[in-house]
Amino acid sequence: MAAQRFDVVVVGTGPGGYVAAIRCAQLGLSVAAIEDDRPGGVCLNWGCIPTKALLRNAEIVGLFQRAEEFGVTVGKWTADYAQAVQRSRRVADRMAKGVEFLFRKNKITLVPGTGTLKARNVVEVKGKDGAQTLEAKAIILATGSEPRSLPGVTIDEKQVISSNGAVRIEATPASLIVIGAGAVGMEFADVYGAYGVPVTVLEALPRVLPIEDEEVSALLARVFSRRGMTIRTGVRVQKVSPGKAGLTVEIEAEGKAERLEAEQVLMAVGRASRTKGLGLEALGVASERGLVTVGPTMETSVKGIFAVGDMTGRQMLAHKAMAEGVVAAEAIAGRSPRPVDYDNVPSCTYCRPQVASIGLSEAKARTNGREIAVGRFPFTANGKAVALGETEGFLKVVADKRTGEILGVHIVGSEATEMIHEFAVGRTLEATLEEIIHTIHAHPTLSEAALEATLAALGQAIHI
Amino acid sequence: MITKVIMPKLSDAMETGKVIKWIKKEGDSVKGGDVIAEVETDKANVEIEAFGSGVLRKIVVGEGGQVPVGNLIGVIAEPSDDISNLAASAPSPAAAAAPALPAMESYKSEPATTSVVPMSPVPAATAGASAGGGRVKASPLARKVAAQSGVDLRLVQGSGPGGRIVRRDVEAAGTAPATAQPVVRPAAAAPAAAARPAFVIPPRTGAEFEDQPLSPMRAVIAKRMPLSKGPIPHFYVTSEVAMDRAWALRADLNALEGQPKVSVTDLIIKACALALLKNPGVNAQLQGQAIRVFHRAHIGIAVALDEGLITPVLRDCDAKPLSQIAFEARDLAERARGGKLRAQEMSGATFSVSNLGMFDVEEFSAIINPPEGAILAVGSVVEKPVAEGGQIRVGRRMKMTISCDHRVMDGAMGARFLQDVKRLLEEPLRLLV
Repeated sequence: MAAQRFDVVVVGTGPGGYVAAIRCAQLGLSVAAIEDDRPGGVCLNWGCIPTKALLRNAEIVGLFQRAEEFGVTVGKWTADYAQAVQRSRRVADRMAKGVEFLFRKNKITLVPGTGTLKARNVVEVKGKDGAQTLEAKAIILATGSEPRSLPGVTIDEKQVISSNGAVRIEATPASLIVIGAGAVGMEFADVYGAYGVPVTVLEALPRVLPIEDEEVSALLARVFSRRGMTIRTGVRVQKVSPGKAGLTVEIEAEGKAERLEAEQVLMAVGRASRTKGLGLEALGVASERGLVTVGPTMETSVKGIFAVGDMTGRQMLAHKAMAEGVVAAEAIAGRSPRPVDYDNVPSCTYCRPQVASIGLSEAKARTNGREIAVGRFPFTANGKAVALGETEGFLKVVADKRTGEILGVHIVGSEATEMIHEFAVGRTLEATLEEIIHTIHAHPTLSEAALEATLAALGQAIHI
Repeated sequence: MITKVIMPKLSDAMETGKVIKWIKKEGDSVKGGDVIAEVETDKANVEIEAFGSGVLRKIVVGEGGQVPVGNLIGVIAEPSDDISNLAASAPSPAAAAAPALPAMESYKSEPATTSVVPMSPVPAATAGASAGGGRVKASPLARKVAAQSGVDLRLVQGSGPGGRIVRRDVEAAGTAPATAQPVVRPAAAAPAAAARPAFVIPPRTGAEFEDQPLSPMRAVIAKRMPLSKGPIPHFYVTSEVAMDRAWALRADLNALEGQPKVSVTDLIIKACALALLKNPGVNAQLQGQAIRVFHRAHIGIAVALDEGLITPVLRDCDAKPLSQIAFEARDLAERARGGKLRAQEMSGATFSVSNLGMFDVEEFSAIINPPEGAILAVGSVVEKPVAEGGQIRVGRRMKMTISCDHRVMDGAMGARFLQDVKRLLEEPLRLLV
């Protein structure tokens, strides 16, 4: 069979791949997209979106548990976790169909199967109906990442599960140990905790959400502990093996060996790029520690081959992948896109309370040798938060004392992930503290905390 | 707010200036941008503008007074401000007159004391730029950093969307503030985005013409060029160079691993630098009643930009090996295109080179960039039939034309210099030893 020809072939249709494909099509290029699962990748099918549905369930369960506080008497009520998972699957299905619709709308050819590079302009696709060959002027690789495990621990998705298993399994375990207190670990701990599962979170580093600001980590650990979860940091996991309750996790904490028991273990120690079998080595596509090396236009070391998203490393975030997809598409179409600003990517965790940040943590800002100003505002002093009954958390602004440059913003609290964008826009436009304080914030809103924390950085906070 | 009025440095060579006339008198109210005085430099009379508003409280240097550049000549302040310290204090040199760092509490307003010296050699040109309606597009952070580091935003080229000036542009252009991040250089090996641009002729538009406001850079060029071609009597000398050996040498050099790629321009810069040392009369400029002869070859390299051109200066080309010239010239050109030149890299040339070879230009003549005394205009290296010993063969030839200031030098001096450049390029190993 003769090779089908396209301007661009995109391998993988996660957020990096599908956005790149659509942008290419918008710019008048003919596009084929190869997918071995469903369109939308991990994000839509097994990651961001289904977990947000589960977390919404956790939030509703949490409100039922607090009904008394609002003077609502609820009779006998139950929360069926299987139905939460089923709802989450329906949400994911709907979003994946949305990508299929966008592909049709933009006349993108979806090719089911697994893609392998055969030359710098040829991709072979092995699908159910055999192999076919696609030729392209440019290729965008967007094969993403997969959950990593610890050495010697096999993820069987039954007892030792990853996020892939957690979004599928409709039963809750009798007890759960979460290994890794990053965004994935904390979000699932929150979900299972809300459904009454005794949860222990183990983290090797000294604090939960180690990439976030220290104050954020401390507050989140406090809230989770108060909710009855066990949070243990600075813990090394030595071994996971079959045990009485299901599994035994052998750990070393403060120099002492311990054994913990649980029915299930959720492995949330990070993700590794998925590049095996793609044919990168044969073409000489440069990579470093499994991550494909790219230039500012997302082009790899091989001309005409681009790579975006998790497989290129840096932050493994869907929104970063989308931004990279746009850059790659525009570069291929002969435009000169602005490179992705990796210092201005918001980081979000959707547990309760939510966590969102952008830029430098206070500690990092201090090590840069600048004189900084820090402003904090607790949601206990925010009218809307008090009315909502969501007073946990704070908003913190870290700025350069001399210029008022916004170096970093850290939010922990209800809807933190929506509020961060005020500062993302501000940083893109190089706004300083002064522009934020001269922006009138609607009252009453949670976003007023942004104004107040900024005022606090200037020593002028009104409401505290 | 107190604003010091300082004797501005209006050209590279200017050391002192004379106040000819105060247009405002003590007690007159003054707005930022008002012309307050006229100053005589070694070349021209120029008007100086107020950089702050208030009342002209004190004239420190009266009409006819001559003072070094950077000295206080007057004080603008509010009637309530106490200026007794200032008026009595010793004059401070311009270079040290960085504005006091405002405390966090006060950065919502201007620093209490500013002293801004125009960085342009011809301040009238910048006045023209602002009068021409060209609003400076700059981010709030860029404005703040500029105010604190004394950078005039009108002279900064923006690299943000739509030419907006962002922080890194200011940091690159000015005396870098203490918090400056190192300038990130574009990775040399970064994969290229697109191949040769398509050859598109835009469709005819409805309008018969349009008036485009002068960009600040265009305004400076428009002011400066008549100051050259008008008063300076140019003469031109053209010569053709056999570039076969230089071409081969360049290919050999560029085959070496780990060495910066050498361009034809780099070879010419090195040849000019050596020839300038041999012919100091060409490395010279008129300074009032004297001819200043330079013993260093600081060479300005004309870099074409979309909105004009700029001539960053590569210093001490006579003393630098070719590899270093190649590296620095490329870096300067890249940063010039990115609007990231520092102020000190934009002045101080003793001679300039303008190469239009990449545009398939056979030859052209350039306008001298004052106060320099000469400039070399270089055309393409072309293959052509050459007669040698009664035979015709194909050789590589390049034409170059020097424009010289006849007040400083004569035809034979220019010709001898050109002969030396030609010889250096035709015996290019001399560029390496």
